[in-house]
Formats: sequence, structure tokens, C-alpha cells
Amino acid sequence: MITYLDFEAPIKELNEQIQKLKESEVKTGVDMSNAIKDLEAALVEKTKEIYSNLDPWQRVQVSRHPDRPYTIQYIEGITNNQWIELHGDRTVKDDKAMVGGFGMLEGKSVMFIGQQKGINTKMRQYRNFGMANPEGYRKALRLMKLAEKFNKPIVTFIDTPGAYPGLEAEERGQGEAIARNLFEMMKLRVPVICIIIGEGASGGALGIGIGDKVLMLENTWYSVISPESCSSILWRSWDHKVTASKALKLTADDMLQNKLIDGIIHEPVGGAHANRPEIFETVKHEILKHLNELESMNPSDRVNKRIEKFCAMGVVVNN
Amino acid sequence: MSWFKRIKTGITTKSMEKKEIPEGLWYQCPECKSVMTSEQHADNQWVCGNCGHHEKIGSREYFFILFDEHEYEEVAENLTSGDPLSFTDTKAYKDRIKTTIAKTGLKDAIRVGKGEIEGQKAVIACMDFGFIGGSMGSVVGEKFAIGVNEAIKHDCPFICISKSGGARMMEAGFSLMQMAKTSAKLTQLAEKGLPYVSILTNPTTGGVTASFAMLGDINIAEPKALIGFAGPRVVKETIGKDLPEGFQSSEFVLEHGFLDYIVSRNEIKSKLAMSLKMFSPNS
Ligand SMILES: [Zn+2]
Repeated sequence: MITYLDFEAPIKELNEQIQKLKESEVKTGVDMSNAIKDLEAALVEKTKEIYSNLDPWQRVQVSRHPDRPYTIQYIEGITNNQWIELHGDRTVKDDKAMVGGFGMLEGKSVMFIGQQKGINTKMRQYRNFGMANPEGYRKALRLMKLAEKFNKPIVTFIDTPGAYPGLEAEERGQGEAIARNLFEMMKLRVPVICIIIGEGASGGALGIGIGDKVLMLENTWYSVISPESCSSILWRSWDHKVTASKALKLTADDMLQNKLIDGIIHEPVGGAHANRPEIFETVKHEILKHLNELESMNPSDRVNKRIEKFCAMGVVVNN
Repeated sequence: MSWFKRIKTGITTKSMEKKEIPEGLWYQCPECKSVMTSEQHADNQWVCGNCGHHEKIGSREYFFILFDEHEYEEVAENLTSGDPLSFTDTKAYKDRIKTTIAKTGLKDAIRVGKGEIEGQKAVIACMDFGFIGGSMGSVVGEKFAIGVNEAIKHDCPFICISKSGGARMMEAGFSLMQMAKTSAKLTQLAEKGLPYVSILTNPTTGGVTASFAMLGDINIAEPKALIGFAGPRVVKETIGKDLPEGFQSSEFVLEHGFLDYIVSRNEIKSKLAMSLKMFSPNS
């Protein structure tokens, strides 16, 4: 079952027409390959057209598409399943919303870490909708320190609607856990690449988001708050999410223009979910390209450059 | 010559006292309802003499309480927000800033002062809740950064008094990255072996809690302050139950291991000075 977003209605229609022709071809035995070919070409054109003009709210919708690949699928895809998941923060428990482990990338050992969303109703609950508790951030930090100890680079995949705002999360210091990660990630002596693959919501995203290169996939968002929550707080109603999504300048283009990220990774036509092998190949290529550059620097220079990059963020006026 | 230009905080001067605390004005404690003159209230560091309720105060008052002779030099006092996103919600952010500056006499939600605390050099950054809920935008991050630079330059401790509702939504991505920026600056301070004391006051929530407020070499708080990452309303909605008594209070946060001590505002200066002394290479 393919899930279509509201603005994908023309794509849905073309797909259904193609499906119908194929079915009647089987039923009647009449060759309809030419008609099908035409429709398929039209489908590609239509998809291209729609996806080259997405507004910020539509991108937010794509970033949350239920068929979009999540962290583990990226890790499996780009390591060709050559990875071993590691569990636990060694203090409280194993947070299922945050995953990580070493994987082999073209013969090179890399530490992969990321928030994990669930692929169906049951798994979504199991993964707590990709909202980590403090132990998730502490597990992430433990794995980063492990990578640093053995001089392995770190790649994080960011995809979260936020850090979990629960009672126990507060008891166990959600604020401290995120803060500690920001501080410690600044000083990691190995290369760190952070990639937003879906939703990059606020401190929950930033908690694994301090890197030498911070990259966003084309159809993702990254900001201090979701458009819905922003609408409810600033406009005091849920009805202004579309306006809020524009005002927040949360798309990859906006974030790059404001120098708050380092690059954009292009997605296949129709979004990352439309062609998984292609997006895994692209992401793998981007990681290798950036690692190549980062590994040529000496660790102290790399750390200083990382710190200076974040210190330069902000716009103030001196009157 | 002292290491900073001495400027009185203003609250002590006779004329200011007259202006800010007119004689005969009364203060009623919102907790225990006892009534005292505003002057008595101010003399007691804006703490209720009856029940100990700590009234919300701003940077002027904290600088007055903490700096010797109430004297300090303000740093980077003229920075204001650049409105990087040309943000408009029900009102243009630019106008909101202008109105708030006019209403509060503050330029943004943080001020930085350098002076002495019981004879020890210190740089203090202090947030003002009165400025858009003490929200963190580019100015807060930049002034925090300048404060850290001053502490490094003068080889002295850095103190930050937090009081914030969290992020400045109108600066969106820029606001978020101030969490990263302030944490980055603290790595530079730590590199020099200089102490960072975080003082959490009512309320400290959101992105401020999830960055510099929780990163002190010691974290200390005033009594009964609200301290948390998610606000209590959001937590309540998440769990669908009423919150336990005292949830997210200073006492709760101390009990769970995220604060070193809680101190009354009446004793904050002496205890802070003693803590700094214990970090000093000369002790
Ligand atoms: Zn009282």
C-alpha cells in the first residue's frame, strides 16, 4: 500500500491509471505497452514537477512520510548489512528511540548513531516515536566516546519530533543529558558528520547534532520548534502551521543560506522513499567524500574549526 | 586602578531609590500574603521576610546583590537582535523588540557585568525574564560568548544566572544554535581551567536548561525555582496525569542529582564567594 500526501494527488491518479492498464492487459491479452510507457513518462514528469516546487509545509510532510527510510535502514543500506548494533547507556537502560553501533563502510569502521522511528503502529510505540529519553542521549555519548577511543569517525542520523517530554525524562535530567552531549561533542577528536534524514526538532535533534559537517537531506526540516507547536504558541491556535512553517525558515535551503548547516543532500525524484537504493548510495557517497576531507586535518584543528563554526552562528546589531 | 570601570548599579543611589521604590509603597507576598514595605522587601533581597518566597528579579537586582559595593562594568551593553529571519507572527518581531526595549529599558534577555565578589574578580552574565520571557536568541548567545571571553582575558571565574522560558522562537534555527554556541564557549573556558558556576533561578526551562544552565562546574539554585527541560504543562499533557507535588522544583532537581546545592538569595553572595575561593589556585 503506497501512502500519498495530499499534494501528491496527481501522482496517485497516474499510478492508478497505469495499474488499471496493466490489469486489463493481463485480463484481455491486448498489448498496451505503448500507452503504459506514455503514462509512466508522464508520471516521472509530474513527480519531478511537483517535487521541484515543494513549499516548506509540503517538505515537512515529506519529512514525516511513513514510507521514508529511518536510521537503521540507512545504516543497513550503506553498510550492506555489515554492522553490529550496540545497546545501553550503562546506567539506566537501553533506549529504543536511539540506536547505534559500528558498521563497515567500504572497509572502514564507522560509528553510526541515530534516533529511530517505528515502521508500524506497534513499532512506533516500541521506538517511542523517535523521542529519546535522557538514557538515549547518554547511550549516544557512550558510543561516541567509544568511537573516539578507537579513533573511528562518527556519523549521526537525526530524525526526531523532539526529546521525550515525560515525567521520568525530567527526573533523569533530560536537559542535562542534551547539554552534556553538546559540550562533549564539541571536543570529540574524531571526525563527526551529522545528517538530518527526517525531522530535526529542537534540542532533541541538536543533542546528537554537533558535527564538523551538518548536512540535511533535501526534504527535511530543522528548527527550534515544529510548525504546529509554533503556531499554537505564537498564534494561539493550531491553524497557522503552514504560515509558521514558512516563517521558521526550516528547510534545507533556508538553513544553508543562513549558514546554520554545511550542505544539502539531494533526494531521488519523489523523495527518499521513492527510491531507497538511490538515496542510500547518495548518502554513502556524501559520507565518504566528507570523511576523506575531514580525515586529512589534524584533530586539534578539526576540533577548533568545529567550535569556531558554532561560535559564529547568530545575528546581532551593535548600536 | 581597578580591573573594571566602576559603575554603580543604580539601585543604591538616592535618586534611583526614590524613583524605583517610592516611600509608602507596599509589597504583598503572593505566597503567604504578608505585607511589607517595598523598601523592606528590597532590603531583604526581594525575599519575603515571613515565608522566604523569592520574588522574580532581574539583572539589575542580581548585580546589586552580588557585586562588591554594588559596582561593576557592563560589557557589550548595546547589542540588540538583528531579526535575521524578518520574522512576523501576530506582530513583527522587530516591533516586538522595539516595544520591549522601551517598556523594560533592557536591550535583550541577558546582561553581562564584570566586578568583584568579596574581592575576587568575576564576570557575571544574568538573564532578564522581563525581556520576552528570558528567551534565548542570538543576543543571549553572543553576550554569553563575550562574557566567557572576558573571563578568559582576565583569568577569572564566569557565572551565569539563568532565568528563561527557553528558545526565542522568532529566531528559529538561530535560536537553536545558541545552545550549541554557548556550550562551545564553555569548552574554551574549561580548557583554561577557569570555573563556571551556573545559578538556576525561577524559572529555568527549555533550551537554556538543555545547554549552559546544566553545564556548571557547580550548578546551584534558589529555593523553589521551577527547573526543567519540558514545561510542566507539556509534561502533564504527555503523561495525561496530574504532576506530583513539587515536580521540577529546585528541591526535586537536587534530589535527582542535577544540582550541587540550593541557597537562599539572602546567603547567595557569601556562599558563592566561598565556592569561588575553593576553586582559586591561591587557596
Ligand atoms: Zn511570603
